[in-house]
Amino acid sequence: MTKTILSPMSLLAELTHRCPLQCPYCSNPLALEPRRNELSTAEWISVLDQAAEMGVLQVHFSGGEPMSRPDLPELIRHAVGLGLYTNLITSGVLLNAKTFPALVEAGLDHVQLSFQDIDTANAELVGGMKGAQARKIEAARLVAADGMPLTLNFVIYRENAGRVPQMLEAAIQMGARRVEIAHTQYYGWGLANREALMPTAAQLEQTTQAVEAARKKYEGRLTIDYVTPDYYADRPKPCMGGWGRRFINISPSGRVLPCHAAETIPNVAFPDVRHDTLDHIWREAPLFTMFRGTDWMPQPCRSCDQREKDWGGCRCQALALAGDAAATDPVCSRAPDHERVKAVLDTLPAAPPPFRYRRYARATDEVG
Amino acid sequence: MSADLTDDSVIRFARGVRLQHDRVRERWIIQAPERAFIPDPIAAEVLKLVDGTRTLGQIIADLATRFAAPVDVIGRDVHVMVNDLMTRQVLVV
Repeated sequence: MTKTILSPMSLLAELTHRCPLQCPYCSNPLALEPRRNELSTAEWISVLDQAAEMGVLQVHFSGGEPMSRPDLPELIRHAVGLGLYTNLITSGVLLNAKTFPALVEAGLDHVQLSFQDIDTANAELVGGMKGAQARKIEAARLVAADGMPLTLNFVIYRENAGRVPQMLEAAIQMGARRVEIAHTQYYGWGLANREALMPTAAQLEQTTQAVEAARKKYEGRLTIDYVTPDYYADRPKPCMGGWGRRFINISPSGRVLPCHAAETIPNVAFPDVRHDTLDHIWREAPLFTMFRGTDWMPQPCRSCDQREKDWGGCRCQALALAGDAAATDPVCSRAPDHERVKAVLDTLPAAPPPFRYRRYARATDEVG
Repeated sequence: MSADLTDDSVIRFARGVRLQHDRVRERWIIQAPERAFIPDPIAAEVLKLVDGTRTLGQIIADLATRFAAPVDVIGRDVHVMVNDLMTRQVLVV
């Protein structure tokens, strides 16, 4: 059985694409959804009900900045009532003494707070918002003071890669229980800014060593999740734990996706919760069935002993790098298109080019 | 590291961590920040007794009675398991 349909474990609810920050590695698609297309509160509540019924255990409220939605406490309370584990993925710039108590009262289980860097000047350059760092530090203080578990998320890129030891020390100082040292993943805005963001092999090695040292030093106090840039790997990551196996992403307008970058996949309809049920989409929608299991795989995946471990890697990366979403992920050293990954790394510019900031298309037009 | 674990220790779940029955998959799970663990059947029996008031010694005695097993054998296993779950920030004393 290669197409067994499991119950999804995890739901990423992207409540909005609106965000006060403009990080050039944002995982949102290049075409950001305007507010008028966002799902209503009632529509999100129906999504949560359906997800819990299907077996989802954890819901991650994300965005954009999910705290841009005034109904966030109501949605959290509803999810808690369904027994879902609730996680808020936030930039923290809207999390303050006025807004946080409503989240605590709603029963929020956990906060994941993102930092662009530990160096304030560079963090605010990358996020495009002056004063953001102080707000984030205050947000971390409020969460830790409440006792709610706190994860700090640092996205790693060329400019901040040398500061991983300071990031890990700061996580301890801020009372975080977990920290993610997550190298940029090259989709959406990250792909558009790849030449500016991609670290060197030496930088990657340095961050790996910093993480390994901190894991020993802080064992039992700090859990460190470490995500590498897979361009430097020999084997692909098991993207989303396999297409349509455990993960559902809902976009702000209600599109149901196997991952947050799946809107790049061509020649397939994007199902949405305004026109179909979540369960039916998960089981039957071509977007979910097309890469589920192993039947779709080309060689060398089809006969590879890793095929049910890495699931052929990432479909969106295959599309971005090989021009074919059904190709073996080119980061795999066995992939026919592996040379393309090497070519990217071999031609990184000596000085990083300027960022293309994450903005709504119209705003970009207005500034020329 | 946390304080040393003894039979007098009162163990509890860390904030944001809980044991929950997954009715769709018909099994117990540990819900934790951004991950869910599946406890083995013995760990699940131990965790069902973690209520923030029982001592580790009381939990061990309860299990020894219910499973008709020697207290020292059960005790050794439970100490190892609880230490591991403390390292993974599931339980605290």
